Amino acid sequence: MSTAATLDKPSSAPEGAKGTASPYITVTFRIRRFNPEVSDESTWQDFQVEIDPKERVLDGLHKIKWDMDGSLTFRRSCAHGICGSDAMRINGRNRLACKTLIKDLNPDKPITVEPIKGLTVLKDLVVDMEPFFQAYRDVMPFLITKGNEPTRERRQSAADRERFDDTTKCILCAACTSSCPVFWNDGQYFGPAAIVNAHRFIFDSRDEAGEQRLEILNDKDGVWRCRTTFNCTEACPRGIEITKAIQEVKRALITRRF
Amino acid sequence: MPTETSSVSDVNTVNDSVRLYDVDNPAPLIEPPRARTKKTPKATRTNFEMYGWLFMRLSGVLLVVLVLGHVLIQLVLDGGVSKIGFAFVAGRWASPFWQTWDLLMLWFATLHGANGLRTVINDYAERDNTRLWLKGLLYSAATFTILLGTLVIFTFDPNIR
Repeated sequence: MSTAATLDKPSSAPEGAKGTASPYITVTFRIRRFNPEVSDESTWQDFQVEIDPKERVLDGLHKIKWDMDGSLTFRRSCAHGICGSDAMRINGRNRLACKTLIKDLNPDKPITVEPIKGLTVLKDLVVDMEPFFQAYRDVMPFLITKGNEPTRERRQSAADRERFDDTTKCILCAACTSSCPVFWNDGQYFGPAAIVNAHRFIFDSRDEAGEQRLEILNDKDGVWRCRTTFNCTEACPRGIEITKAIQEVKRALITRRF
Repeated sequence: MPTETSSVSDVNTVNDSVRLYDVDNPAPLIEPPRARTKKTPKATRTNFEMYGWLFMRLSGVLLVVLVLGHVLIQLVLDGGVSKIGFAFVAGRWASPFWQTWDLLMLWFATLHGANGLRTVINDYAERDNTRLWLKGLLYSAATFTILLGTLVIFTFDPNIR
């Protein structure tokens, strides 16, 4: 993500800072607006924002919403990359607005902000996440066990915990699923996020429904529709190796049969 | 400070008398193709997709050998493409080895290609009817090619007049 702009900025900033010049620069935000109560078409709208390049895209959106146009609509909750509410398409890539610094983009050019693709746009940057969560629910993302509940905790070795550590990091922001070209064209596909969350339980030594989840993902809209384009891995703001997780599920399915 | 190049509100406030959408009458939303619902997709509980996926990998490896070998023999070795004629093909098909080679190549290439196109149709065809027709066309074309090719390989007779 470190572009030339990243390296240029610190060298040019101190020269300006010697005087009374502020660190603020003017950045153009080009935002995809859609309001069904006004028009059936979405349009681009430009906003000039005075912003410190060390701030984030989300800060820019806040400045626009709070000071310029209150009708701008987007989701955000924690604003620190944990809740996964503010996934959006920034400069053509799915990212979290709260984890993307202005200086890591190119502030000389307009920064485009769009809703994530493959889900119904409700207003501006807000999309209908229901099909995404439906796929999540369909893989049964909860611990399933048989027999009596232990009186104390369910113990697990460090190595067993390590097996699925990567996929526990998912925050369900939908950046991966909405970057998947198969999902764009066919919403019946489970999508990377659902498979990641199935992976988290399939490879958990305490869970006993791995077989059931594998059976679900073995179906026609499961893991076999993955084309390994790595869009999901590139989009993941938590750095989960999603394509690898999907491949591990495929391997588990094949070794289970042969 | 905000310089609005193309404001959403401009579009419809220009002509207030023919404003199409408002709070009580919002514009239709653009649904993505084939969104997942509580009822879809239905579980089929078969291993078909897994075998299809495995077949693509295995036949791909085999086809690398079969097709590259075929191309090498037909177009590069022994004077290249100019040597190919009726006599050359008849000579090769006199041997069961080349018959088997060509038969395997025909079956694997057609099935590999058909399965690839099947996934393309699954990915891109939006309506169930479109899928049905495209797949019907694909399967009949593949069946026809395989049957005709197999027939020719096994019933080829060099003594035509």
